[in-house]
Amino acid sequence: MTIQTTAAPPPTATRSGRDARKPRGSRLERRRQRWGWLFVSPFLVVFAAFLVFPLFYAFGMSLFTSTLATGTKFTGIDNYLKAFTDPLFLEGLLRVGAYALVMIPAQLLVALVAALVLDSLTTWVSKLSRLLIFAPYAIPVVIGALMWSFLYSPRFGPATTLFDLVGLDAPSFLAPDTIFGSLVNIVTWQWSGYYMVVIYAALRSIDPSIYEAARIDGANGFQTATRIKVPMISSSMVMVITFALIGTLQFFTEPVVLRNIAQGAIDAAYTPNMYAYSLAFSYSQFNYASTIAFALGILVFAGSYLFLFLTRKQSGLK
Amino acid sequence: MKSKLLAIAGVAAVSAAALTGCAPGDGGDSAKSECTNTIVNPDATQVSVWAWYPAFEGVVDLFNETHDDVQVCWTNAGQGNDEYTKFSTAIEAGSGAPDVIMLESEVLSSFSIRDALVDLSEYGAADVEGDYTAGAWKDVSSGDAVYGIPVDGGPMGMLYRKDILDQYGIAAPTTWDEFAAAAQALKDAGAPGVLADFPTNGRAYNQALFAQAGSTPWTYDSANPTEIGIEVNDQGSKDVLAYWDDLVQNGLVATDDAFTADYNTKLVDGSYAIYVAAAWGPGYLAGLSDADADAQWVAAPVPQWDPANPVQINWGGSTFAVTSQAKDKEAAAVVAKEIFGTEEAWKIGIEEAALFPLWKPILESDYFRDLEYPFFGGQQINKDVFLEAAAGYEGFTFSPFQNYAYDQLTEQLFAMVQGEKSSDQALDDLQASLEKYAGEQGFTLQ
Repeated sequence: MTIQTTAAPPPTATRSGRDARKPRGSRLERRRQRWGWLFVSPFLVVFAAFLVFPLFYAFGMSLFTSTLATGTKFTGIDNYLKAFTDPLFLEGLLRVGAYALVMIPAQLLVALVAALVLDSLTTWVSKLSRLLIFAPYAIPVVIGALMWSFLYSPRFGPATTLFDLVGLDAPSFLAPDTIFGSLVNIVTWQWSGYYMVVIYAALRSIDPSIYEAARIDGANGFQTATRIKVPMISSSMVMVITFALIGTLQFFTEPVVLRNIAQGAIDAAYTPNMYAYSLAFSYSQFNYASTIAFALGILVFAGSYLFLFLTRKQSGLK
Repeated sequence: MKSKLLAIAGVAAVSAAALTGCAPGDGGDSAKSECTNTIVNPDATQVSVWAWYPAFEGVVDLFNETHDDVQVCWTNAGQGNDEYTKFSTAIEAGSGAPDVIMLESEVLSSFSIRDALVDLSEYGAADVEGDYTAGAWKDVSSGDAVYGIPVDGGPMGMLYRKDILDQYGIAAPTTWDEFAAAAQALKDAGAPGVLADFPTNGRAYNQALFAQAGSTPWTYDSANPTEIGIEVNDQGSKDVLAYWDDLVQNGLVATDDAFTADYNTKLVDGSYAIYVAAAWGPGYLAGLSDADADAQWVAAPVPQWDPANPVQINWGGSTFAVTSQAKDKEAAAVVAKEIFGTEEAWKIGIEEAALFPLWKPILESDYFRDLEYPFFGGQQINKDVFLEAAAGYEGFTFSPFQNYAYDQLTEQLFAMVQGEKSSDQALDDLQASLEKYAGEQGFTLQ
């Protein structure tokens, strides 16, 4: 946001426009802009060094192909053609797509219900519950995933004990057909609290007199929630979904941690991000890894852009 | 708002791009500037070393105290793949690697093909060749080139729970046929555990099992770096895998992933009666918690296919290699050759890090032969098992893309254990995927 407010208006356009209208202020204006640039420059240096440069560097790398036996040569967009026909990459994309379809609604539903309930309570219980629901987000992702890997463990986890009580065999949480649900559970547990806080903050900003009007009109609590509260916070919901979408397409940490205990169920190319990581650090294919990372970046950009475009009415981004 | 969107997508793309390692690794610089140990002679040439076991500190101090012209500056950059990831990034970046690095012998080819290692035959490797067994030397050589100086090895044996086998009246198996019979007997007796584990992610362990039946999956010589021979689906491997598949499908062995918390617990709590292990296995076991207090461990030779012609195998083992980024390659080679070149250094390695030495003067000493291990109730496991296993080991050739090969092996074995594939099919598919990969990487198949 900083860069947008300070640097977005192109200096030339501003100058000519302002010059025409009020020529006397132009010097002052220009001096102000100089100061503005000065204040922004530390950020710009970091931005260029750690964002713009790596981006171009990675893109440059992705245009070369290096193999173990024959060395590196320039191959242009060949790597991209290979990536978009690479079954491992495409399977990974399909997989994160499936995760997005299940995980985003799940997180949103939990977050929304929790926020609506907490919003209508005013006791100390609501404050405590808010903290407890938010707590998983405060735990680092790796620690959270490690913790769950112990909870899922057939030996250390509580499931075995619980199922023993009713005389049943505990389900395996780390088998190929159950790992999907296990991962959905970890992510939902971790992120719902964060989204809940975002939605809750939006709910608190609604003018209470609207509720009063609704009550006078005869709306009950459920109607107030679904007909007034939810439509009024739609822009926050769009933001939450966008974050969840970007996060899901880049799904990485949780499956990597669980892979340590379930190598068969989670292969090295389970998600596109993991595929890029394996290519670079396990198989030494830095160029192709850049291609995968860049291709994924393009898809994430396109996906989030498309989503924001489709929801521009709800989000107020018109 | 458009620029915000751009920023979000930009962050997304960059965090993906950051994973490709274009940022210089942080491990490299710290290795040059800080040493974990103290330097005794600050004027001498300093050689930076990455090595992972904590007990290495004593070895480094010993080296620095006994060398005036060369000093070791040691950093622990993590064990195994953690260290390789940093090293790999440093190679790609062109700087940041240490002068000398500890590597398992199985990854030497993977790094030498990237010109990351110095051929030590040009720096006096021949001087110390006589100090090692032929098998150990073959593990670090490719053709005439030598890419590392051997440190420790993993000759394999069988560690078993005498108390459990005695309880069910089962004799310790000496052949794989007896092993299968013992597994059946244990199950028939209604024991709570199983005889052993067959980990699909066993990597080098599974490869060693195949090698015992004559499998030589790789033909590779760094003098001819673009040619490779691949044969992972030979009859020996197929027989071995069919044998294990049978045990797995009948529920006679477990199929837990190795080196997970579950596996570690099961190793020591009696869930497995037998641990087919390398010589470093006893040290590994002793370091685990939750062990049965009344467990009686005994070391025995690894089961054989043909007891008349025993075949010894190896699982793991490390070496010291000199990297191509080393500033003073002569000095680095001196460190690689001499750091574990004294009896004092080896006593630290054996007693504090549970290493199995490949250096003959200590390997063949009375001290090592007669060493008694309290974990085994005072058994002289080296005399009984591992010295013979080390002497009989003939060496192995690894591929220049070993990590990929292991990952593929794990996937195929898992598919087999899940009942999706027969054992023959798993190995045939493995062969096909490795041939395809070798072709993509520019190799000519022999």
